[in-house]
Amino acid sequence: MTTPEDVEILLVEDNPNDVELTLRALQKHNLATKVFVVKDGAEALDFMFAAGPYSRRKIENRPKVVLLDLKLPKVDGIEVLRRLKTDARTQHIPVVMLTSSQEERDVVDTYNLGVNSYIVKPGDFSHFVHAVSELGIYWRSLNKVPY
Amino acid sequence: MKDLQAVDILLVEDNPNDAELTERALRKSELGARLALARDGAEALEYLLSGRPRPRVVFLDLKLPKIDGIEVLRRVRADDRTRSIPVVVLTSSQEERDVSECYQLGVNSYVVKPVEFDKFYQAVSDLGTYWLVLNKSPL
Repeated sequence: MTTPEDVEILLVEDNPNDVELTLRALQKHNLATKVFVVKDGAEALDFMFAAGPYSRRKIENRPKVVLLDLKLPKVDGIEVLRRLKTDARTQHIPVVMLTSSQEERDVVDTYNLGVNSYIVKPGDFSHFVHAVSELGIYWRSLNKVPY
Repeated sequence: MKDLQAVDILLVEDNPNDAELTERALRKSELGARLALARDGAEALEYLLSGRPRPRVVFLDLKLPKIDGIEVLRRVRADDRTRSIPVVVLTSSQEERDVSECYQLGVNSYVVKPVEFDKFYQAVSDLGTYWLVLNKSPL
C-alpha cells in the first residue's frame, strides 16, 4: 500500500477479504504499489476532499481511478459517487463501481450519477483476480485523465 | 447499418482506415461483438435518438464531419433517453483541453489512439474486452 500523496488507485472496500484479494490481483501486474485503501464511505470522502484525518493531504494528488463498493458503512457508495460527481474538484476523476450487486436499479442509478464504469465482482476466485487485474491495467494505462 | 437490430458497439468514426482496423481488431478478439458504424456526428445522433435498441457502448472519435464528437457527447448526456449509455472517446487528440472538456461533459473513458499499428490493434481489442465483457452497461 502507498501513502495518501502517492496514490494511483483508491480502493473503497469494507470487506477485508475483498481488500486482500484485490490487492493480490493488482500485485500480479505490479499495480498494487500505488493503491490506497479506505474502509468506509466517510473515509473515502475525507480522503478525496482532504478533510478530517486526511486534511494534510494535497487534494490535487488525484488517483487515476476510484474503485468503489456500493454497500459501505457510514456513507454508502451511491452517496460517495454523488458527492464526487457533483463537486468541481473531483467530478472528472474516474469512478468504477466494484460491487456484488447486479440489480438493474443500482446500475441505472450509478450511470445516471455519472459513474465511469460498473463492474460486478465475480464470485469465483480466479475470475475475480482476472477482472481486477484487467480493470487495473485499463484505468492505469489505457485511459487518459485530464490531470 | 442494419435497422432495429441491437448492436453491442456503435463506432463513430469518419476515417475508413481506422474504422476498418477497429472492426478487424474487434472481430479478431472473438467477442462476437455486433457493430454499427456511423461516419459522422449527425449519423451517430440519428442512430442513438431514433428509438433503436441502445448499444452497450459508444466509441466516439472527436474530429468528425457535420457534428463533432464533443457536441455528440454533449447531446447524448443532455437527453434522458441516452444519458446513461457508456461513451468512450477514442481519438488521436492528446490535447488537455479536449480531455478536460470530455470529462466535464461526462465521458466514461478517454483513450488516445496509439499511432503504431500493433498498439492500436491491441488497444481496440482491450477496449472491446473491457466494455463488453467486464463492464456492465445499463439495459
